[in-house]
Amino acid sequence: MHIIVTVKQVPDPDIPPNHFKIDVAANRVVPPSGVAPVMNGYDANALEAALRLKEKHGGTVTVLTIGSAEARDTLKRAIAMGADKAVLVDEPALRDGDSVTTATALARAVEKIGEYDLVLSGRQASDTDAGQVPLGLGELLGVPVVSPVISIEPSGSGLRVHRMTEDGYDVLDVPLPAVISVSSEIGEPRYPPLRGIMAAGRAQIPVWSAADLGFDVASSQPRTTRRRLYVEERDAKVELIQADSLTEAGAALADRLRDAKLI
Amino acid sequence: MSTQHGVLVLAESTDGALAPISAELVAAGRQIAQALGTPLLAALVGQGVRPAAEALAALGSDLAIVADDASLANYQPEATLATLEAIVREHEPDVILTGHTAAIRELAIRLAFRLGTAIVTDCTALRIDGESLIATKPVYGGAAVAEISIDTTPRMATLRPRAFEPGEPAGAASEIQGMAVPGGVAPLVTLVESVTEVATAGPKLKDAKVVVSGGRGLGGPENWHVVEELANELGAAVGATRAVTDAGWVPPSHQVGLTGTTITPDLYVTVAVSGAVQHIAGCSGSRNIVAINKDPDANIFKHARFGVVGDYKQVVAGLTQRIKELRG
Repeated sequence: MHIIVTVKQVPDPDIPPNHFKIDVAANRVVPPSGVAPVMNGYDANALEAALRLKEKHGGTVTVLTIGSAEARDTLKRAIAMGADKAVLVDEPALRDGDSVTTATALARAVEKIGEYDLVLSGRQASDTDAGQVPLGLGELLGVPVVSPVISIEPSGSGLRVHRMTEDGYDVLDVPLPAVISVSSEIGEPRYPPLRGIMAAGRAQIPVWSAADLGFDVASSQPRTTRRRLYVEERDAKVELIQADSLTEAGAALADRLRDAKLI
Repeated sequence: MSTQHGVLVLAESTDGALAPISAELVAAGRQIAQALGTPLLAALVGQGVRPAAEALAALGSDLAIVADDASLANYQPEATLATLEAIVREHEPDVILTGHTAAIRELAIRLAFRLGTAIVTDCTALRIDGESLIATKPVYGGAAVAEISIDTTPRMATLRPRAFEPGEPAGAASEIQGMAVPGGVAPLVTLVESVTEVATAGPKLKDAKVVVSGGRGLGGPENWHVVEELANELGAAVGATRAVTDAGWVPPSHQVGLTGTTITPDLYVTVAVSGAVQHIAGCSGSRNIVAINKDPDANIFKHARFGVVGDYKQVVAGLTQRIKELRG
Protein backbone atom coordinates (compact mmCIF):
# COMPACT_ATOMS: atom_id res chain seq x y z
CA MET A 1 0.00 0.00 0.00
CA HIS A 2 1.38 3.40 -0.98
CA ILE A 3 0.57 5.90 1.74
CA ILE A 4 1.07 9.67 1.72
CA VAL A 5 1.00 11.36 5.13
CA THR A 6 0.36 15.11 5.23
CA VAL A 7 1.99 16.83 8.19
CA LYS A 8 2.18 20.38 9.50
CA GLN A 9 4.86 21.98 11.63
CA VAL A 10 3.30 23.94 14.49
CA PRO A 11 4.42 25.87 17.58
CA ASP A 12 4.96 23.45 20.47
CA PRO A 13 1.47 23.24 22.05
CA ASP A 14 2.84 22.01 25.38
CA ILE A 15 4.59 25.22 26.43
CA PRO A 16 3.38 26.63 29.77
CA PRO A 17 0.42 29.02 29.32
CA ASN A 18 2.47 31.99 30.61
CA HIS A 19 4.95 31.51 27.72
CA PHE A 20 2.15 31.92 25.20
CA LYS A 21 2.40 35.46 23.79
CA ILE A 22 0.51 37.29 21.08
CA ASP A 23 1.66 40.19 18.91
CA VAL A 24 -1.63 42.06 19.13
CA ALA A 25 -0.83 44.54 16.34
CA ALA A 26 0.00 41.74 13.92
CA ASN A 27 -2.72 39.33 15.18
CA ARG A 28 -0.09 36.61 15.38
CA VAL A 29 1.43 34.32 17.98
CA VAL A 30 5.00 35.21 18.94
CA PRO A 31 7.13 32.07 18.58
CA PRO A 32 8.42 31.27 22.08
CA SER A 33 12.18 31.74 22.18
CA GLY A 34 14.23 28.61 22.69
CA VAL A 35 11.30 26.27 21.98
CA ALA A 36 11.53 24.53 18.61
CA PRO A 37 8.37 23.98 16.58
CA VAL A 38 7.12 20.40 16.41
CA MET A 39 5.20 18.03 14.16
CA ASN A 40 1.47 18.55 14.77
CA GLY A 41 0.44 15.90 17.30
CA TYR A 42 -2.42 14.35 15.32
CA ASP A 43 -0.19 14.25 12.22
CA ALA A 44 2.37 12.27 14.25
CA ASN A 45 -0.48 9.86 15.10
CA ALA A 46 -1.26 9.63 11.35
CA LEU A 47 2.38 8.86 10.59
CA GLU A 48 2.40 6.18 13.29
CA ALA A 49 -0.74 4.63 11.75
CA ALA A 50 0.94 4.67 8.31
CA LEU A 51 4.11 3.02 9.64
CA ARG A 52 2.09 0.27 11.36
CA LEU A 53 0.17 -0.43 8.13
CA LYS A 54 3.46 -0.59 6.20
CA GLU A 55 5.07 -2.91 8.76
CA LYS A 56 2.16 -5.34 8.70
CA HIS A 57 1.16 -5.18 5.06
CA GLY A 58 4.10 -3.71 3.10
CA GLY A 59 4.22 -0.61 0.93
CA THR A 60 5.74 2.85 1.17
CA VAL A 61 5.20 5.93 3.32
CA THR A 62 5.80 9.39 1.85
CA VAL A 63 5.51 12.46 4.06
CA LEU A 64 4.32 15.77 2.60
CA THR A 65 4.30 19.23 4.13
CA ILE A 66 3.87 22.88 3.20
CA GLY A 67 6.23 25.18 5.07
CA SER A 68 9.46 27.09 5.22
CA ALA A 69 12.97 25.59 5.26
CA GLU A 70 12.48 25.11 9.02
CA ALA A 71 9.79 22.51 8.28
CA ARG A 72 12.59 20.28 7.00
CA ASP A 73 13.18 19.36 10.68
CA THR A 74 9.68 17.91 10.91
CA LEU A 75 10.21 15.92 7.69
CA LYS A 76 13.55 14.60 8.98
CA ARG A 77 11.84 13.48 12.15
CA ALA A 78 9.25 11.66 10.03
CA ILE A 79 12.03 9.87 8.13
CA ALA A 80 13.75 9.05 11.41
CA MET A 81 10.49 7.47 12.61
CA GLY A 82 10.43 5.28 9.50
CA ALA A 83 8.99 7.17 6.52
CA ASP A 84 10.61 6.28 3.19
CA LYS A 85 10.47 9.68 1.49
CA ALA A 86 9.56 13.28 2.22
CA VAL A 87 8.54 16.27 0.10
CA LEU A 88 8.62 19.92 1.15
CA VAL A 89 6.40 22.45 -0.63
CA ASP A 90 8.13 25.75 0.13
CA GLU A 91 6.26 28.74 -1.23
CA PRO A 92 5.98 31.90 0.89
CA ALA A 93 2.48 32.67 -0.36
CA LEU A 94 1.24 29.26 0.75
CA ARG A 95 2.60 29.34 4.31
CA ASP A 96 -0.36 31.15 5.82
CA GLY A 97 -2.90 30.02 3.28
CA ASP A 98 -6.52 29.44 4.23
CA SER A 99 -7.91 25.90 4.28
CA VAL A 100 -8.98 25.98 0.62
CA THR A 101 -5.57 27.20 -0.57
CA THR A 102 -3.72 24.65 1.57
CA ALA A 103 -5.93 21.74 0.52
CA THR A 104 -5.64 22.74 -3.15
CA ALA A 105 -1.84 22.92 -3.00
CA LEU A 106 -1.70 19.57 -1.16
CA ALA A 107 -4.00 17.98 -3.76
CA ARG A 108 -1.65 19.13 -6.53
CA ALA A 109 1.32 17.79 -4.61
CA VAL A 110 -0.38 14.41 -4.04
CA GLU A 111 -1.06 14.20 -7.78
CA LYS A 112 2.57 15.09 -8.52
CA ILE A 113 3.82 12.38 -6.13
CA GLY A 114 1.70 10.11 -8.31
CA GLU A 115 0.55 6.64 -7.35
CA TYR A 116 -1.12 6.43 -3.93
CA ASP A 117 -3.66 4.23 -2.19
CA LEU A 118 -4.20 6.21 0.97
CA VAL A 119 -3.65 9.75 2.25
CA LEU A 120 -3.45 9.94 6.03
CA SER A 121 -3.50 13.10 8.11
CA GLY A 122 -4.28 14.31 11.61
CA ARG A 123 -7.85 15.39 12.39
CA GLN A 124 -6.80 19.01 13.01
CA ALA A 125 -3.72 21.16 13.53
CA SER A 126 -2.99 22.36 17.06
CA ASP A 127 -2.56 25.99 15.92
CA THR A 128 -5.66 26.70 13.83
CA ASP A 129 -7.82 23.85 15.24
CA ALA A 130 -9.89 24.08 12.04
CA GLY A 131 -9.88 20.43 10.90
CA GLN A 132 -10.73 21.34 7.32
CA VAL A 133 -7.76 20.42 5.13
CA PRO A 134 -8.13 16.59 5.06
CA LEU A 135 -11.83 16.87 4.21
CA GLY A 136 -11.11 19.41 1.48
CA LEU A 137 -8.32 17.21 0.18
CA GLY A 138 -10.77 14.30 -0.16
CA GLU A 139 -13.23 16.54 -2.02
CA LEU A 140 -10.54 17.91 -4.35
CA LEU A 141 -9.08 14.47 -5.10
CA GLY A 142 -12.59 13.08 -5.60
CA VAL A 143 -12.08 10.14 -3.23
CA PRO A 144 -13.85 8.98 -0.04
CA VAL A 145 -12.83 10.90 3.09
CA VAL A 146 -13.47 9.78 6.68
CA SER A 147 -12.72 11.62 9.93
CA PRO A 148 -11.99 11.28 12.86
CA VAL A 149 -10.71 7.71 12.69
CA ILE A 150 -9.34 5.69 15.63
CA SER A 151 -8.61 2.31 13.98
CA ILE A 152 -7.55 1.23 10.46
CA GLU A 153 -7.15 -2.33 9.16
CA PRO A 154 -6.95 -3.63 5.58
CA SER A 155 -10.13 -5.50 4.58
CA GLY A 156 -10.52 -7.08 1.14
CA SER A 157 -9.34 -4.53 -1.40
CA GLY A 158 -10.06 -1.60 0.93
CA LEU A 159 -9.95 -0.64 4.59
CA ARG A 160 -12.13 -1.27 7.62
CA VAL A 161 -12.00 1.79 9.89
CA HIS A 162 -13.56 2.95 13.16
CA ARG A 163 -14.91 6.49 13.01
CA MET A 164 -15.60 8.22 16.34
CA THR A 165 -19.19 9.16 17.05
CA GLU A 166 -20.71 10.97 20.01
CA ASP A 167 -21.14 7.82 22.10
CA GLY A 168 -18.83 5.25 20.51
CA TYR A 169 -17.76 4.52 16.96
CA ASP A 170 -19.04 3.43 13.54
CA VAL A 171 -17.37 0.54 11.75
CA LEU A 172 -17.01 1.52 8.07
CA ASP A 173 -15.71 -0.19 4.96
CA VAL A 174 -13.81 2.31 2.82
CA PRO A 175 -12.63 1.60 -0.74
CA LEU A 176 -9.23 2.84 -1.89
CA PRO A 177 -7.91 5.30 -2.77
CA ALA A 178 -9.17 7.36 0.16
CA VAL A 179 -8.27 10.20 2.53
CA ILE A 180 -8.48 9.34 6.23
CA SER A 181 -7.77 11.71 9.08
CA VAL A 182 -7.04 10.21 12.45
CA SER A 183 -7.48 11.07 16.12
CA SER A 184 -4.90 10.43 18.82
CA GLU A 185 -6.62 7.23 20.02
CA ILE A 186 -5.22 5.43 16.96
CA GLY A 187 -1.86 5.10 18.69
CA GLU A 188 1.03 6.91 20.33
CA PRO A 189 3.76 7.94 17.87
CA ARG A 190 7.04 6.04 18.28
CA TYR A 191 10.37 7.58 19.17
CA PRO A 192 12.81 7.55 16.24
CA PRO A 193 15.30 4.66 16.51
CA LEU A 194 19.02 5.42 16.13
CA ARG A 195 19.24 3.93 12.63
CA GLY A 196 16.26 6.10 11.65
CA ILE A 197 18.01 9.21 12.89
CA MET A 198 21.05 8.27 10.78
CA ALA A 199 18.83 7.68 7.73
CA ALA A 200 17.23 11.09 8.27
CA GLY A 201 20.68 12.71 8.29
CA ARG A 202 21.40 11.29 4.84
CA ALA A 203 17.94 11.88 3.36
CA GLN A 204 17.53 14.10 0.32
CA ILE A 205 14.29 16.07 0.56
CA PRO A 206 12.98 17.53 -2.70
CA VAL A 207 11.61 21.08 -2.47
CA TRP A 208 8.72 22.05 -4.71
CA SER A 209 7.46 25.56 -5.42
CA ALA A 210 3.90 26.52 -6.32
CA ALA A 211 5.05 26.71 -9.95
CA ASP A 212 6.29 23.10 -9.70
CA LEU A 213 2.73 22.16 -8.69
CA GLY A 214 1.17 24.24 -11.47
CA PHE A 215 -0.50 26.27 -8.73
CA ASP A 216 -1.18 29.92 -9.53
CA VAL A 217 -0.73 31.64 -6.18
CA ALA A 218 -2.13 34.94 -7.47
CA SER A 219 -5.45 33.28 -8.36
CA SER A 220 -6.04 32.15 -4.79
CA GLN A 221 -7.59 35.03 -2.86
CA PRO A 222 -7.95 34.53 0.91
CA ARG A 223 -11.54 33.68 1.84
CA THR A 224 -11.26 34.61 5.50
CA THR A 225 -9.55 37.41 7.44
CA ARG A 226 -8.30 37.13 11.00
CA ARG A 227 -9.57 40.36 12.52
CA ARG A 228 -8.31 39.79 16.04
CA LEU A 229 -6.32 37.28 18.09
CA TYR A 230 -6.29 37.50 21.88
CA VAL A 231 -5.96 35.61 25.13
CA GLU A 232 -9.09 35.52 27.26
CA GLU A 233 -8.36 36.99 30.67
CA ARG A 234 -9.25 34.86 33.69
CA ASP A 235 -10.07 36.29 37.07
CA ALA A 236 -8.43 33.68 39.27
CA LYS A 237 -10.21 33.55 42.61
CA VAL A 238 -10.17 29.97 43.71
CA GLU A 239 -11.31 29.29 47.26
CA LEU A 240 -8.77 26.82 48.63
CA ILE A 241 -10.12 24.54 51.34
CA GLN A 242 -7.71 23.47 54.07
CA ALA A 243 -7.96 21.32 57.16
CA ASP A 244 -5.75 19.40 59.59
CA SER A 245 -5.56 16.45 57.23
CA LEU A 246 -6.28 15.96 53.54
CA THR A 247 -9.12 13.56 54.35
CA GLU A 248 -10.71 16.25 56.51
CA ALA A 249 -10.14 18.79 53.72
CA GLY A 250 -12.08 16.46 51.44
CA ALA A 251 -14.94 16.33 53.97
CA ALA A 252 -14.80 20.13 54.37
CA LEU A 253 -15.04 20.46 50.59
CA ALA A 254 -18.23 18.37 50.66
CA ASP A 255 -19.67 20.67 53.37
CA ARG A 256 -18.71 23.76 51.35
CA LEU A 257 -20.38 22.36 48.22
CA ARG A 258 -23.47 21.63 50.32
CA ASP A 259 -23.48 25.22 51.67
CA ALA A 260 -23.24 26.49 48.10
CA LYS A 261 -26.22 24.25 47.23
CA LEU A 262 -24.17 22.45 44.59
CA ILE A 263 -24.79 18.97 46.03
CA MET B 1 -23.67 41.15 1.27
CA SER B 2 -26.80 40.26 -0.65
CA THR B 3 -29.66 40.30 1.79
CA GLN B 4 -32.62 38.59 0.20
CA HIS B 5 -31.75 34.90 0.50
CA GLY B 6 -31.53 34.45 4.22
CA VAL B 7 -29.81 32.46 6.90
CA LEU B 8 -30.04 28.66 6.69
CA VAL B 9 -29.52 26.50 9.76
CA LEU B 10 -29.02 22.76 9.33
CA ALA B 11 -30.67 21.10 12.33
CA GLU B 12 -30.09 17.58 13.66
CA SER B 13 -32.15 14.75 15.09
CA THR B 14 -31.23 11.95 17.47
CA ASP B 15 -33.31 8.76 17.55
CA GLY B 16 -36.15 10.53 15.78
CA ALA B 17 -36.29 13.52 18.15
CA LEU B 18 -35.00 17.03 17.46
CA ALA B 19 -31.44 17.26 18.87
CA PRO B 20 -30.68 20.05 21.40
CA ILE B 21 -28.16 21.72 19.04
CA SER B 22 -31.10 22.58 16.77
CA ALA B 23 -32.59 25.12 19.19
CA GLU B 24 -29.12 26.66 19.63
CA LEU B 25 -28.75 26.94 15.84
CA VAL B 26 -32.22 28.50 15.43
CA ALA B 27 -31.47 31.07 18.15
CA ALA B 28 -28.07 31.99 16.69
CA GLY B 29 -29.50 32.02 13.16
CA ARG B 30 -32.42 34.22 14.21
CA GLN B 31 -30.04 36.85 15.61
CA ILE B 32 -28.00 36.92 12.42
CA ALA B 33 -31.12 36.97 10.23
CA GLN B 34 -32.57 39.88 12.22
CA ALA B 35 -29.31 41.82 12.01
CA LEU B 36 -29.22 41.30 8.25
CA GLY B 37 -32.96 41.77 7.75
CA THR B 38 -33.27 38.43 5.98
CA PRO B 39 -35.44 35.33 6.40
CA LEU B 40 -34.46 32.43 8.63
CA LEU B 41 -34.62 28.97 7.04
CA ALA B 42 -34.22 25.75 9.01
CA ALA B 43 -33.58 22.36 7.40
CA LEU B 44 -33.54 18.79 8.66
CA VAL B 45 -32.27 15.83 6.65
CA GLY B 46 -32.54 12.13 7.49
CA GLN B 47 -34.82 9.13 7.70
CA GLY B 48 -37.94 9.18 9.90
CA VAL B 49 -37.31 12.83 10.81
CA ARG B 50 -40.80 14.17 10.11
CA PRO B 51 -41.79 14.48 13.82
CA ALA B 52 -38.47 16.18 14.56
CA ALA B 53 -39.09 18.52 11.61
CA GLU B 54 -42.42 19.51 13.19
CA ALA B 55 -40.59 20.30 16.43
CA LEU B 56 -38.11 22.33 14.40
CA ALA B 57 -40.90 24.24 12.66
CA ALA B 58 -42.44 24.96 16.06
CA LEU B 59 -39.26 26.82 17.10
CA GLY B 60 -40.30 29.49 14.59
CA SER B 61 -38.50 30.24 11.35
CA ASP B 62 -39.72 31.60 8.03
CA LEU B 63 -39.53 28.17 6.45
CA ALA B 64 -38.69 24.64 7.58
CA ILE B 65 -37.27 22.33 4.92
CA VAL B 66 -37.35 18.58 5.48
CA ALA B 67 -35.80 15.77 3.44
CA ASP B 68 -37.14 12.54 4.96
CA ASP B 69 -36.03 9.54 2.93
CA ALA B 70 -35.20 5.88 3.53
CA SER B 71 -31.99 6.34 1.52
CA LEU B 72 -30.69 8.62 4.33
CA ALA B 73 -31.01 5.95 7.05
CA ASN B 74 -27.94 5.43 9.25
CA TYR B 75 -24.57 6.78 8.09
CA GLN B 76 -24.99 7.94 4.48
CA PRO B 77 -22.53 10.81 4.08
CA GLU B 78 -22.66 11.06 0.28
CA ALA B 79 -26.46 11.10 -0.05
CA THR B 80 -26.78 13.43 2.95
CA LEU B 81 -24.19 15.82 1.53
CA ALA B 82 -25.86 15.78 -1.90
CA THR B 83 -29.19 16.62 -0.25
CA LEU B 84 -27.69 19.50 1.76
CA GLU B 85 -26.06 20.80 -1.42
CA ALA B 86 -29.40 20.62 -3.27
CA ILE B 87 -31.11 22.61 -0.50
CA VAL B 88 -28.39 25.27 -0.67
CA ARG B 89 -28.51 25.46 -4.49
CA GLU B 90 -32.30 25.92 -4.38
CA HIS B 91 -32.51 28.51 -1.61
CA GLU B 92 -29.12 30.27 -2.11
CA PRO B 93 -28.67 31.37 1.51
CA ASP B 94 -26.11 34.03 2.41
CA VAL B 95 -25.25 32.33 5.70
CA ILE B 96 -25.24 28.61 6.60
CA LEU B 97 -24.91 27.44 10.21
CA THR B 98 -24.50 23.87 11.46
CA GLY B 99 -23.48 22.23 14.72
CA HIS B 100 -19.84 21.32 15.31
CA THR B 101 -20.94 17.76 15.97
CA ALA B 102 -19.84 14.30 14.90
CA ALA B 103 -23.06 14.04 12.89
CA ILE B 104 -22.57 16.99 10.55
CA ARG B 105 -19.24 18.81 11.04
CA GLU B 106 -17.35 16.87 8.35
CA LEU B 107 -20.25 17.24 5.91
CA ALA B 108 -20.40 21.00 6.53
CA ILE B 109 -16.71 21.36 5.71
CA ARG B 110 -17.06 19.24 2.56
CA LEU B 111 -20.10 21.32 1.58
CA ALA B 112 -18.02 24.51 1.90
CA PHE B 113 -15.42 23.05 -0.47
CA ARG B 114 -18.15 22.07 -2.96
CA LEU B 115 -19.59 25.58 -2.81
CA GLY B 116 -16.12 27.14 -3.10
CA THR B 117 -16.68 29.17 0.03
CA ALA B 118 -15.09 29.59 3.45
CA ILE B 119 -16.22 28.01 6.70
CA VAL B 120 -15.10 28.72 10.25
CA THR B 121 -15.39 25.68 12.51
CA ASP B 122 -16.13 25.24 16.23
CA CYS B 123 -17.37 28.81 16.76
CA THR B 124 -18.33 30.09 20.20
CA ALA B 125 -19.88 33.41 19.10
CA LEU B 126 -21.11 35.13 15.94
CA ARG B 127 -21.80 38.75 15.18
CA ILE B 128 -22.56 41.03 12.27
CA ASP B 129 -20.20 43.97 11.85
CA GLY B 130 -21.43 46.21 9.06
CA GLU B 131 -21.55 43.91 6.07
CA SER B 132 -19.34 41.23 7.59
CA LEU B 133 -20.07 38.08 9.57
CA ILE B 134 -17.45 37.70 12.29
CA ALA B 135 -16.99 34.30 13.90
CA THR B 136 -15.26 33.86 17.26
CA LYS B 137 -13.30 30.65 17.56
CA PRO B 138 -10.84 29.20 20.08
CA VAL B 139 -7.46 28.42 18.49
CA TYR B 140 -4.09 27.09 19.71
CA GLY B 141 -5.90 24.43 21.71
CA GLY B 142 -7.93 27.08 23.50
CA ALA B 143 -4.89 29.17 24.54
CA ALA B 144 -6.14 32.00 22.34
CA VAL B 145 -9.32 33.20 20.69
CA ALA B 146 -9.55 34.38 17.07
CA GLU B 147 -12.17 36.59 15.47
CA ILE B 148 -12.42 35.69 11.81
CA SER B 149 -14.46 37.40 9.13
CA ILE B 150 -15.82 35.15 6.41
CA ASP B 151 -15.36 36.95 3.11
CA THR B 152 -17.03 34.68 0.55
CA THR B 153 -20.68 33.64 0.25
CA PRO B 154 -22.40 31.68 1.45
CA ARG B 155 -20.71 32.44 4.77
CA MET B 156 -20.50 29.19 6.71
CA ALA B 157 -19.83 28.37 10.35
CA THR B 158 -20.11 25.33 12.62
CA LEU B 159 -21.21 26.17 16.17
CA ARG B 160 -19.75 24.52 19.27
CA PRO B 161 -22.54 22.63 21.09
CA ARG B 162 -23.76 24.40 24.23
CA ALA B 163 -21.82 27.59 23.42
CA PHE B 164 -25.03 29.34 22.28
CA GLU B 165 -28.18 29.73 24.33
CA PRO B 166 -31.04 27.64 22.90
CA GLY B 167 -33.90 29.80 21.68
CA GLU B 168 -37.46 29.66 22.91
CA PRO B 169 -40.10 29.22 20.22
CA ALA B 170 -40.78 32.61 18.60
CA GLY B 171 -43.86 33.37 16.53
CA ALA B 172 -46.04 30.86 14.76
CA ALA B 173 -44.82 27.47 13.61
CA SER B 174 -43.33 27.75 10.16
CA GLU B 175 -44.54 26.07 7.00
CA ILE B 176 -42.80 22.75 6.27
CA GLN B 177 -41.55 22.21 2.74
CA GLY B 178 -40.50 18.75 1.56
CA MET B 179 -37.25 18.28 -0.28
CA ALA B 180 -36.37 15.31 -2.49
CA VAL B 181 -33.08 13.46 -2.14
CA PRO B 182 -31.08 13.79 -5.38
CA GLY B 183 -30.93 10.46 -7.25
CA GLY B 184 -27.87 8.67 -8.54
CA VAL B 185 -25.56 9.42 -5.63
CA ALA B 186 -23.35 6.36 -5.06
CA PRO B 187 -22.42 5.60 -1.45
CA LEU B 188 -18.61 5.56 -1.18
CA VAL B 189 -18.32 4.04 2.29
CA THR B 190 -20.41 1.27 3.85
CA LEU B 191 -21.58 1.22 7.46
CA VAL B 192 -20.93 -2.23 8.95
CA GLU B 193 -22.20 -1.47 12.46
CA SER B 194 -22.53 1.28 15.07
CA VAL B 195 -20.93 0.54 18.43
CA THR B 196 -22.04 2.35 21.59
CA GLU B 197 -19.37 2.58 24.28
CA VAL B 198 -20.78 4.95 26.85
CA ALA B 199 -22.20 3.39 30.00
CA THR B 200 -25.96 3.53 29.59
CA ALA B 201 -26.65 3.54 33.34
CA GLY B 202 -25.34 6.98 34.35
CA PRO B 203 -26.25 10.34 32.83
CA LYS B 204 -24.81 11.24 29.42
CA LEU B 205 -21.69 13.38 29.65
CA LYS B 206 -22.95 16.18 27.41
CA ASP B 207 -26.27 16.62 29.22
CA ALA B 208 -25.10 15.97 32.79
CA LYS B 209 -25.68 18.54 35.55
CA VAL B 210 -22.75 17.10 37.51
CA VAL B 211 -19.58 15.66 35.99
CA VAL B 212 -16.56 14.08 37.69
CA SER B 213 -13.38 13.75 35.61
CA GLY B 214 -10.05 12.08 36.25
CA GLY B 215 -6.65 12.95 34.82
CA ARG B 216 -3.30 11.29 34.32
CA GLY B 217 -2.35 12.31 37.87
CA LEU B 218 -4.39 9.35 39.11
CA GLY B 219 -1.32 7.29 38.30
CA GLY B 220 -2.90 4.37 36.49
CA PRO B 221 -6.15 2.65 35.47
CA GLU B 222 -6.12 0.69 38.74
CA ASN B 223 -7.02 3.95 40.50
CA TRP B 224 -9.90 4.89 38.19
CA HIS B 225 -12.44 3.47 40.65
CA VAL B 226 -11.82 6.55 42.83
CA VAL B 227 -13.39 8.73 40.11
CA GLU B 228 -16.25 6.31 39.51
CA GLU B 229 -17.12 5.96 43.19
CA LEU B 230 -17.24 9.74 43.62
CA ALA B 231 -19.34 10.09 40.45
CA ASN B 232 -21.65 7.37 41.70
CA GLU B 233 -22.23 9.18 45.03
CA LEU B 234 -22.95 12.44 43.18
CA GLY B 235 -25.10 10.86 40.45
CA ALA B 236 -22.58 12.38 38.06
CA ALA B 237 -21.41 11.49 34.56
CA VAL B 238 -17.80 10.32 34.28
CA GLY B 239 -15.34 12.30 32.16
CA ALA B 240 -11.63 12.03 31.46
CA THR B 241 -8.75 14.02 30.05
CA ARG B 242 -7.28 13.23 26.66
CA ALA B 243 -4.19 11.73 28.32
CA VAL B 244 -6.45 9.21 30.04
CA THR B 245 -8.47 8.25 26.94
CA ASP B 246 -5.30 8.09 24.80
CA ALA B 247 -3.81 5.72 27.37
CA GLY B 248 -6.91 3.56 27.06
CA TRP B 249 -7.99 3.68 30.72
CA VAL B 250 -11.53 4.53 29.55
CA PRO B 251 -13.14 4.69 26.06
CA PRO B 252 -12.60 7.83 23.93
CA SER B 253 -16.26 8.83 24.31
CA HIS B 254 -15.46 9.91 27.90
CA GLN B 255 -13.02 12.59 26.76
CA VAL B 256 -13.84 16.14 27.89
CA GLY B 257 -12.01 18.79 25.88
CA LEU B 258 -11.31 20.37 22.55
CA THR B 259 -11.49 17.09 20.64
CA GLY B 260 -13.88 15.40 23.05
CA THR B 261 -17.20 16.45 24.52
CA THR B 262 -17.93 20.05 25.51
CA ILE B 263 -19.66 20.01 28.87
CA THR B 264 -21.61 22.75 30.68
CA PRO B 265 -22.60 21.21 34.02
CA ASP B 266 -23.55 23.11 37.18
CA LEU B 267 -20.77 21.28 39.03
CA TYR B 268 -17.57 19.91 37.52
CA VAL B 269 -15.25 18.04 39.90
CA THR B 270 -11.75 17.34 38.55
CA VAL B 271 -9.52 14.76 40.20
CA ALA B 272 -5.77 14.90 39.42
CA VAL B 273 -6.48 16.95 36.29
CA SER B 274 -3.76 19.51 35.48
CA GLY B 275 -6.02 21.68 33.32
CA ALA B 276 -4.25 21.77 29.96
CA VAL B 277 -5.74 24.45 27.71
CA GLN B 278 -7.16 21.73 25.45
CA HIS B 279 -9.10 20.32 28.41
CA ILE B 280 -10.27 23.74 29.60
CA ALA B 281 -11.60 24.36 26.08
CA GLY B 282 -14.20 21.66 26.71
CA CYS B 283 -15.20 22.53 30.28
CA SER B 284 -14.89 26.32 30.60
CA GLY B 285 -18.69 26.59 30.34
CA SER B 286 -19.07 24.73 33.65
CA ARG B 287 -20.78 26.92 36.28
CA ASN B 288 -18.60 25.68 39.17
CA ILE B 289 -15.29 23.86 38.79
CA VAL B 290 -13.72 22.00 41.71
CA ALA B 291 -10.01 21.19 41.50
CA ILE B 292 -8.28 18.46 43.48
CA ASN B 293 -4.59 18.36 42.59
CA LYS B 294 -1.33 18.03 44.48
CA ASP B 295 0.37 20.76 42.37
CA PRO B 296 -0.68 24.21 43.68
CA ASP B 297 0.51 25.74 40.38
CA ALA B 298 -1.66 23.46 38.22
CA ASN B 299 -3.54 25.48 35.62
CA ILE B 300 -6.87 23.98 36.74
CA PHE B 301 -6.80 26.17 39.89
CA LYS B 302 -6.96 29.27 37.66
CA HIS B 303 -10.37 28.10 36.46
CA ALA B 304 -11.72 26.58 39.66
CA ARG B 305 -14.14 28.09 42.22
CA PHE B 306 -13.16 25.60 44.92
CA GLY B 307 -9.93 23.69 45.30
CA VAL B 308 -7.98 21.38 47.56
CA VAL B 309 -4.22 21.07 47.15
CA GLY B 310 -3.05 17.60 48.07
CA ASP B 311 -2.89 13.92 47.23
CA TYR B 312 -6.19 13.00 45.57
CA LYS B 313 -6.48 9.63 47.30
CA GLN B 314 -6.94 11.13 50.76
CA VAL B 315 -8.94 14.15 49.59
CA VAL B 316 -11.41 12.15 47.51
CA ALA B 317 -11.75 9.52 50.25
CA GLY B 318 -12.85 12.27 52.65
CA LEU B 319 -15.05 13.93 50.03
CA THR B 320 -16.83 10.73 48.96
CA GLN B 321 -17.37 9.60 52.55
CA ARG B 322 -18.81 12.96 53.62
CA ILE B 323 -21.15 13.11 50.60
CA LYS B 324 -22.39 9.65 51.55
CA GLU B 325 -23.11 10.92 55.08
CA LEU B 326 -24.81 14.09 53.84
CA ARG B 327 -27.01 12.11 51.48
CA GLY B 328 -27.66 9.28 53.90
